[in-house]
Amino acid sequence: MIEIFGHSISPIQLYGQIALGLVNGAFYALLSLGLAVIFGMLNIVNFTHGAQYMMGAFVAWLLLNKLGIGYWWALVLAPVIVGATGVAIERLFLKHLYKLDHLYGLLLTFGVGLIIEGLFRNEFGASGLPYRIPAEIQAFGPVDLGFMRLPPYRVWVVVFSVAVCLATWFIIERTRLGAYLRAATENPTLVQAFGINVPRMITLTYGFGVGLAALGGVLAAPIYQVSPQMGSSIIIVVFAVVVIGGMGSILGSILTGFALGVIEGLTKVFYPEASNTVIFVIMAIVLLIKPAGLFGRTT
Amino acid sequence: MAVGEPPLPPTDVTRMPPHQRVAFGLLAAALVAAPVIGIYPVFLMKALCFALYASAYNLLLGYAGLVSFGHAAFLGSAGYVSAHAAKVWGFTPELAILAGTATSTLLGLAFGALAIRRQGIYFAMITLALSQMIFFFCLQAPFTGGEDGIQGVPRGKLLGLVDLRDDRVMYAFVATVFFGAFYMIYRIVHSPFGQVLKAIRENEPRAVSLGYRADHYKLIAFVLSAGISGLAGAMKALVFQLASLTDVHWSMSGEAVLMTLVGGLGTIFGPMFGAFVIVSMQNYLAQLGAWVTVVQGVIFVVCVMAFRRGIVGEIARRLRRPL
Repeated sequence: MIEIFGHSISPIQLYGQIALGLVNGAFYALLSLGLAVIFGMLNIVNFTHGAQYMMGAFVAWLLLNKLGIGYWWALVLAPVIVGATGVAIERLFLKHLYKLDHLYGLLLTFGVGLIIEGLFRNEFGASGLPYRIPAEIQAFGPVDLGFMRLPPYRVWVVVFSVAVCLATWFIIERTRLGAYLRAATENPTLVQAFGINVPRMITLTYGFGVGLAALGGVLAAPIYQVSPQMGSSIIIVVFAVVVIGGMGSILGSILTGFALGVIEGLTKVFYPEASNTVIFVIMAIVLLIKPAGLFGRTT
Repeated sequence: MAVGEPPLPPTDVTRMPPHQRVAFGLLAAALVAAPVIGIYPVFLMKALCFALYASAYNLLLGYAGLVSFGHAAFLGSAGYVSAHAAKVWGFTPELAILAGTATSTLLGLAFGALAIRRQGIYFAMITLALSQMIFFFCLQAPFTGGEDGIQGVPRGKLLGLVDLRDDRVMYAFVATVFFGAFYMIYRIVHSPFGQVLKAIRENEPRAVSLGYRADHYKLIAFVLSAGISGLAGAMKALVFQLASLTDVHWSMSGEAVLMTLVGGLGTIFGPMFGAFVIVSMQNYLAQLGAWVTVVQGVIFVVCVMAFRRGIVGEIARRLRRPL
């Protein structure tokens, strides 16, 4: 037993919640990264993001249960399929709104999110559907860290999403494609004058951001129940994460995601009543002390 | 707001132009006539509460250009407080409503002070996150009754004299409060304060350089909007004798946006029309379950893509007069 803040807490419980917090943090990081990528290029807050995360989980579930396609293929196919729907949304709707006030992009993505969530609720009901943890990962058995044993799938989620986040950071900050992207964010007209197809780049960026959300959904499917509401509850927390981190820095948003996941986990140990709201409270404090966010640029 | 309307003829903003007098006259007549021609009073009261809620929301979005996604917190928290005050503390209805309105006003002060520290899209995300905090508070707090909400709230006697149990009497009360609050919003928008708000909406740096403290104006607009939303929520709790989690859920914030958008952003009469359209639609489609969400989503998409002026905005454009 450890004594902290007058609570006696078993180390197992403490480490368990930290590990769970890292898993949640992995989802926060993936989702806020997708939001940041989309925002950087399109100047739109993608309110559909939660619904697209949910779609990722459902596509994985449908692939498995209707077509017999397993987890590993779903990890590739679901982001591509959902990303393609994202491309369609951008081509059909969003591209007509860039000239207008940013309000309209926000309202449109909110509306599309409602449509998607409503359709899935009609089709699948409100209750959750289970998704098996892939056997290949389960076969590893619990990962022994010396002081505790972790379920292998949780370790996989954290490791894999860190890898995806870092790869995204690398693409955007260290490759030629990323340089085009960043340049087009700063001055689209000039980049277009250099012969780069900026509208197509915008479309693909939206598709990529949406794909990241769907990837998060596939990763989440074996941990949480696959349900139509799974997106709307997490996305509001992710918005708070984005406000805390600021969307200016990619590494910043990854770090913020994981850190807040862990803080949330710790709150579950010490003061469970506040575990739902702790991130919002932190957001309020950050706004008071550093209004631009921890990694944000002042505008 | 870059909506792109053609310029409307200039008007002396402090005096009510004749066509708006006519509109207010028609509104008063409609409020009196509606129950007489046999429209169900509970439906009318529901629509009026939402009309006030949407009008209060529009005060912020349409005239200050601030996109809040957290107005459910004001509607819902005022509902809970007035329901609790009426049921447990035995407040008379007017005091219960005042208590609810005061709560949402204070909450608006806290939310507004935080949210105006960031601009644009962050504003929407902050208000949404803060209102989600209120949702969890209402879910867990002992006095709110969790999933059940506060049920069987007595409507009581207005000022200890007029029994509000009769739906027609209650309707008269709600319609009067609505008309008064609606006129107040009209006066706010057309006051010098409202003009400064619009200036900040159109060009904030310029308004600041003219010597206006934009943050103060935005905060006051936010508090007013929150307070009037709370008034709507408090009345709604007494009308339905119920305060529940539905009213603090984020989707209720979305409804404020939807009603305002359908009726016409930045028009005085628009949100009211939007509220009647959406409430009627919900009544018709109630048995379709989740399809209501889908239909609302479709309305959002259609309005944003093709109907950005909204119903009243379109009418005002045809008449070439602000409504």
